[in-house]
Amino acid sequence: MDYLLEALHVTKLFGALKANDDVTLRVKPGEIHAFLGENGAGKSTLVKMIYGALQPSAGEFRWMGRRVAIPSPAAARKLGIGMVFQHFSLFEALTVAENIALAMPGPFDMKALSARIAGVSREYGLPLEPSAVVADLSVGERQRIEIVRCLLQEPRLLIMDEPTAVLTPQEADQLFVTLTRLAGEGCAVIYISHRLEEVKRLCHNATILRHGKVVANVDPAEETAASLARLMVGGDIHVVRAAAPDAGGAVRLALSGLELEADGPFAVALKDISLEVRAGEVVAVAGVAGNGQAEFFDAVSGERRLADDAMIALDGRPVGRSGVNARRKAGAAFVPEERLGHGAVPGFTLSQNVVLTRHACDPQLARGGFVNREAATGIAARVSKAFDVRKAKPDPEARSLSGGNLQKFVVGRELDRRPGVLVVNQPTWGVDAGASATIRQAIVDLARQGSAVLVISQDLDEIFEIADRIAVISRGQLSDAYPAASLSAERIGLLMAGAHERRESAHAARA
Amino acid sequence: MRLVLEKRAEHSAKMALLSPIIAIVLTLITGGIIFALRGLDPLAALYVYFVEPLATSWSIEQLIVKATPLALIGAGLAISYRASAWNIGAEGQFTAGAILGAVIPVFLPDLQSPLTLLLMLLLGIAGGMAYASIPAFLKNRFGTNEILTSLMLVYVVQLLLDWLVRGPWRDPQGYNFPKTVAFSGWQTLPSFQLLPPSVGPVYVNLGAVFAVLAVLALAVLMGRTLKGFELSVQGLAPRAGRFSGFARNRTVWFCFLLSGGLAGLAGICEVMSTVGQLQPGISPGYGFTAIIVAFLGRLNPLGALVAAFALAISYLGGESAQVALGISDKTARVFQGILLFYILACDTLILYRLRFQGPAASLVETRT
Repeated sequence: MDYLLEALHVTKLFGALKANDDVTLRVKPGEIHAFLGENGAGKSTLVKMIYGALQPSAGEFRWMGRRVAIPSPAAARKLGIGMVFQHFSLFEALTVAENIALAMPGPFDMKALSARIAGVSREYGLPLEPSAVVADLSVGERQRIEIVRCLLQEPRLLIMDEPTAVLTPQEADQLFVTLTRLAGEGCAVIYISHRLEEVKRLCHNATILRHGKVVANVDPAEETAASLARLMVGGDIHVVRAAAPDAGGAVRLALSGLELEADGPFAVALKDISLEVRAGEVVAVAGVAGNGQAEFFDAVSGERRLADDAMIALDGRPVGRSGVNARRKAGAAFVPEERLGHGAVPGFTLSQNVVLTRHACDPQLARGGFVNREAATGIAARVSKAFDVRKAKPDPEARSLSGGNLQKFVVGRELDRRPGVLVVNQPTWGVDAGASATIRQAIVDLARQGSAVLVISQDLDEIFEIADRIAVISRGQLSDAYPAASLSAERIGLLMAGAHERRESAHAARA
Repeated sequence: MRLVLEKRAEHSAKMALLSPIIAIVLTLITGGIIFALRGLDPLAALYVYFVEPLATSWSIEQLIVKATPLALIGAGLAISYRASAWNIGAEGQFTAGAILGAVIPVFLPDLQSPLTLLLMLLLGIAGGMAYASIPAFLKNRFGTNEILTSLMLVYVVQLLLDWLVRGPWRDPQGYNFPKTVAFSGWQTLPSFQLLPPSVGPVYVNLGAVFAVLAVLALAVLMGRTLKGFELSVQGLAPRAGRFSGFARNRTVWFCFLLSGGLAGLAGICEVMSTVGQLQPGISPGYGFTAIIVAFLGRLNPLGALVAAFALAISYLGGESAQVALGISDKTARVFQGILLFYILACDTLILYRLRFQGPAASLVETRT
């Protein structure tokens, strides 16, 4: 059997860090090959080398049996390697065809190109209107542009970096049909994903990376999701146990008729959001990225104040027009999605970052206008210990921590206060499995101790793992919250696609 | 072989201190080359420029005179810049402070008491604050770029000063020179001997005391207080600042009023001591040079005090070079500009390290 791509003893060093350590793997034509691993296992580094964006420190690549150097992405494309990145590079103000034309080598003929786009998109089940403006398109449609852009160059190897992270279940299903079809035509696919069920369903082969090394090469169909996860983590993942929720707790967080105007052309307005979160329960807000989650977090945290006090109540006290510190003093705590630059100041030490969110509600931290460094250092040490934050020195700068460790710190900093209400946006975004489990368990534990927890997440696995009730946000509107046990993935998918939106506003959004 | 910049895990405290020193060395080398190109002996010229100003007790006195406004303004600017409030108009606020404080000697020359001194100083601070509040208001209300507005306002107030001393405020007995009456008595700053007379007569005025006090107070503000914490957060990560509950508008107001007030104080002190009256050209660009002071001092008030002396030397050196070497004292500006350029370049090394990298190993093109 001839291999399309072989990586032989590839090593990539970043300073002293071995991002890839003696990696050897082989990809056959027509094969959908999964790269599995925790964050930081070296998947992205490996595909960036295959795509020519990085150069290996040692080792070699072979393309159809011949030794090759891939000095740049342009060289990769010339060989027949295409890549769809997790973050798209599209110009929102241009049309689909114009965006694709920009990536094509040589002079272009818009009419012929539009016809080719229509042809390819029809052939592979990727419905796309060449004259549509990108700004109007959903994330799933934008991803299709990227895929079509690759397909037009007739690749022999397509690299997909976490393609389903931003898709609804239905959109993901459609993508799988396309990928299977491509594979049937002999195109190889390298598929990076965290979603093990997906890999089992779709992929013919899986290479599992841990700490930069290949630890296994398996047929995913013969594995279970649990056995794959075990290979990735190197031990059994601790499964969060959600004890039966205590029904009928007091309402601790109440949103009623919450409205917020969009503050920019690409921002989402929040429309008439009502939700109650009771003591003892975890309520999750699911939804596809960009449907108002960021605005929702800003409104609930008080980073943007609301027009009416009654829109938000904490333990019955209206706080809609209060700022973030007044809400913290009322017993709430918040963890934003972005760790660096929002939840923490990258250039500050951990103890300074303790002061960041706790100076108003922890009187000992700022007495008489002076910062109490000893108290802050004490809290940072306590949080680091309780949440197993791994660091090179006692009080390092936030930017030197890995994503998972910093997230444990940012979550732990708030949980350490024992808040009555916790609002978390994307609690385990880009965090490895070990840290995710710790964070999820801590969130559930907090609720079980009588706090109300609101989790905003795009990760359905996470939501089903920890949530007692689930609501879905779509174009700034929130559905009712349903008990998690009563919701299927399909039903959530429908809600994500906007099934609960009121008609007139759906029209308005399209107009 | 190629030179690459590699990001450090944390900022390097060592480099933060080394960077201004490297910058000064590079400035001296560049300055030496410029002197050599003009046919001067570089070492002798650099000696005249940078060592002679320190040679006599009189020149030490002059050094302190020049360093006083630089430290006062530079410390305030350092704090503004830490919070990313870019007040570039300290030169104008300096002038505005001088003008407002001068109202007393111009209209009430006979008002003579210790309280007059205090009143003039307060008016000076108020003038600087008021003038700095214009760009602060425009930024908060309309989102204008404070770099442009604060800078452009410098020229407005300088022209106002020019008009005042040539017109309504001109000294009637002044033989038509563009200046006000000479300030006298309690309308000037008292000075005192810094060292025992046996060592050498080094007189300093009250302004130097204000500068030291201001620097110490600001060092405590930045190092210990929640306000200082707020200012640092706003500069490093504005989004985190909002999450921390700090209002950006209030930070802008605070920074502009603080740095403007200190510039105004420097302005009134200057006309109450060294200059002794209001006239055009009361400042050899202190407000602009203080920007370099702030950066050379690592945006730290204590650092600004040290940096103020370094830049004061360049002023004195310019004057002595004019006498000894016959070159324009504008070369001081050249040195200051080169210095700022090198500091900003060297500061890259605080977050990055330089590394030589060999050619990409072990991957070769397909051999056919």
